[in-house]
Amino acid sequence: MKTIFRLALIAALVFTFAQVEAAEMLSGAGATFPYPVYSAWAYDYNKVTGVQLNYQSIGSGGGVKQITARTVDFGASDDPMKPEDQTKQKLLQFPAVIGGVVPVANLGNVKPGQLKLDADTLCKIFLGDVKKWSDARVTKLNAGLKFPDGEITVVYRSDGSGTTAIFTNYLAETCPAWKEKVGAGKAVKFPVGIGGKGNEGVTNYVKRTANSIGFVEFAYAKQNKLVYIQMKNKAGNFVEPGFESFEDAAETGDFDAKKGFYLWLTNAPGKQSWPIAGATFILLAQEKTGVNKQTVKFFDWAFTNGDNKAKELVYVPLPKSLKDKVRAYWKAKGIQ
Amino acid sequence: MAMTLKRKNPVDLIFSSITALASVTVILFIIGIIYVLISESSLSIEKFGIVKFLFSTEWNPVKEDFGALTNIYGTVLTTVLSLLFAIPVAIGIAIFVTEIAPNFLKGPIGVAIELLAAIPSIIYGMWGLFTLSPIMSNYIEPLLKKATANIPLVSILFQGTPMGIDILTASVILSIMIIPFTASISRDSFNLTPAVVKESAYAIGATQWEVVKNVILPYSKLGVFGGVVLSLGRALGETMAVAFVLGNNHRISTSLLDAAATITVTLANEFAEADNDVYLSSLFYLALVLFVMSFITLAIAKFFLLKAERKYSR
Amino acid sequence: MTSVQRRKIEGTIALTLSTLAAFMGLFWLVFILGDVLVHGMKSLNLSLFISDPAPPGAAGGGLRNAFVGQLLITICATLVGVPMGVLGGTFLAEYARGRKIARMISILADIMVSVPSIVIGTFIYAVLVKPLGHFNGWAGSIALSIIMIPVVLRTTEDMLSLVPWTLREAAFALGAPYYKVITQVVYRGAATGILTGILLSIARVAGETAPLLFTSFNNSFFSLNMNQPISSLTVTIFQYAMGPYDSWHEQAWAAAFVITIFILIITMLGRLMIRWRYR
Repeated sequence: MKTIFRLALIAALVFTFAQVEAAEMLSGAGATFPYPVYSAWAYDYNKVTGVQLNYQSIGSGGGVKQITARTVDFGASDDPMKPEDQTKQKLLQFPAVIGGVVPVANLGNVKPGQLKLDADTLCKIFLGDVKKWSDARVTKLNAGLKFPDGEITVVYRSDGSGTTAIFTNYLAETCPAWKEKVGAGKAVKFPVGIGGKGNEGVTNYVKRTANSIGFVEFAYAKQNKLVYIQMKNKAGNFVEPGFESFEDAAETGDFDAKKGFYLWLTNAPGKQSWPIAGATFILLAQEKTGVNKQTVKFFDWAFTNGDNKAKELVYVPLPKSLKDKVRAYWKAKGIQ
Repeated sequence: MAMTLKRKNPVDLIFSSITALASVTVILFIIGIIYVLISESSLSIEKFGIVKFLFSTEWNPVKEDFGALTNIYGTVLTTVLSLLFAIPVAIGIAIFVTEIAPNFLKGPIGVAIELLAAIPSIIYGMWGLFTLSPIMSNYIEPLLKKATANIPLVSILFQGTPMGIDILTASVILSIMIIPFTASISRDSFNLTPAVVKESAYAIGATQWEVVKNVILPYSKLGVFGGVVLSLGRALGETMAVAFVLGNNHRISTSLLDAAATITVTLANEFAEADNDVYLSSLFYLALVLFVMSFITLAIAKFFLLKAERKYSR
Repeated sequence: MTSVQRRKIEGTIALTLSTLAAFMGLFWLVFILGDVLVHGMKSLNLSLFISDPAPPGAAGGGLRNAFVGQLLITICATLVGVPMGVLGGTFLAEYARGRKIARMISILADIMVSVPSIVIGTFIYAVLVKPLGHFNGWAGSIALSIIMIPVVLRTTEDMLSLVPWTLREAAFALGAPYYKVITQVVYRGAATGILTGILLSIARVAGETAPLLFTSFNNSFFSLNMNQPISSLTVTIFQYAMGPYDSWHEQAWAAAFVITIFILIITMLGRLMIRWRYR
């Protein structure tokens, strides 16, 4: 019995300590898409200000749900929330950074950027119509590449994900069969394949499974040296995913503060535009003014000081004009 | 009994009420869990009903149409498969430990089994992803595919690409995880066979195997059966060991090389992220289904174990 | 072939098979343990314990936050679970001994021991996370203590029942009230057994992941604040092992190694104690 009392004493001490120690903390959750850049920003921000911004990548669906349930200080989602839903759930929304979703493959000796696909073929692969890499529909786009004979394993997101939303939005926009059979959204019923949790999970499965194809945020593909795929864009050019093609897509976007910046960047018309680009958004609870001010402070700091870090991780910082719009939006809502 | 006399002391009354309260929490938790799960899933229960939810194969967040069958299928299939793999091995271990092993080995092996039963399931899951899954996809699964290619019906079980993230791998990991658990319960049951009975069998000239087959197994069958059902209950509710290698696929497939979803894995993957009410409510509904399934299974196991206990104590 | 020979051959075959089965089982288990040890040792270093996580993809960093968080959650769970379990077990074995209610609670507790832990996670999310408005360490602790209580309760009940009734009668004869008999005589007699039960229950919950996923959540910073999300080793292992970065995988192995060793030592300690006491 004595041991238990001693344990209790120790624990009581720990708690008094805990209450004193408590650092200023913000907790956010949501999209895995911007996780690398947010946590890199948070790491630097903590060094400068001492504020801990705990961002957990649980998927955009989770971000929306947890901010709606008010279990976090801010939510993050790649799936722009419609203005009427923002009003209904009493949320504020603004974009934080722009990036691209890229299809990635695991194909023996094929190197990053070598493989080329168009929207239709990509769609057919994810529908399960194109079952092998040696299928004519793939090989005719890729003269000179040698393909293994194995069956394709599709890897998709098992969690509610903005990356999925951007990707399926693109497929639904460009491929009628997809729109009819599957549709677009954060979590859809993929016809074939295996599901990985988060960008991390998909990356992991693609890396480990021969002849697989998946889709992840570009930073994940790049950091893990995955074989990303060139896509044919709306203008008819094959483009490589990367900083320039994402920026090109971002520049075509006309974000509107009145709509809470609701906008898709998929299938952008620019000549060099990456077709599966998207902005990622931050969601705030309207009534939590105090917490929102702190959150905004962080993003204001990131807008000013975080561009290089973002570029390093192959995200596109918001263009200056858009940053100004967002700052004006904060002021208008009284949170800056 | 003595306690009725001693109750008069006021401190004793307080102490006894505190202990009573503490033990009643167990009942309160069970009632609380059932109540909360039902009330949280009421939206989904209203929308889909009971029969439709249990037998629908839809799991479609876009259309907000949910059914539990794919999850139940995955749960039952992985559990049954893992038991098929685990039971013979576990009983083999139990026979080895109680009858075959030399005395100096019995203790250490027994301890080893108990230690292995203590390893957390997440370790099994992680090991499954990093070590077992490549072995399965590179060696074992292609081999099984080749071996069964010409056998009708059986070959259906091994259709598709061997990718190591599938029902078979998940079941193997689950079985490895429950082997120590099943083995130690079986061993305990075997040990309950009175030495006198065994000795008299040896005395009339039975071989060691005949003693096992005709004396020990029949004598302890209730206990072993209870242990197996208990393992079944454990396996039904296991999350982390399978979450890494099951591939979260809401489809019913006849091939063991396909990904699937269990109730537990669906909850682990989707619970924190379901963003509309019906979706979340359906996940609570799934949790309720799992709770009821495992509660019934465990109650059955307990029934047999109690019956076995009563038989031995007689 | 005589029937004796046939019986002998049958026996040899059957026993060889079960020996093989035993070794196959042990092989897998040794394989897992060995793999965790080898990979874990390789990735083990000092900074794992003294520094906090670096941003994903960046080299270095450690898991100090997760070690401390796990410890905090487990200690709090123990502080709630152990007294409840011991007291509850006392009721069953002493005040309600032999009554129907004791039997029923005992059976229900046995069932609760094996109830899917993820269901407990969803339950706690509904009662302690959503109403409070944020994920928090307490919720994780309470979820673990719900798993702990029945384990401690059942071992306490069993151990108290092993204390001979005559011992209590001797104490009653001296005029001691029942609560004194329990706390000063019965608990002493069963102390080792109860402590073993406590140790085993700690070993059980220290490795739980599923109930923490939606309760204590995770935190990439070092935090001692139980009112906020707090990191735990197991959830971190889940995140890191599923993650794409090699540095994460290494840290996951190292964390797996530490937690496995911790649990094995506690289990071993419990077993040794009970063996030493009741040999």
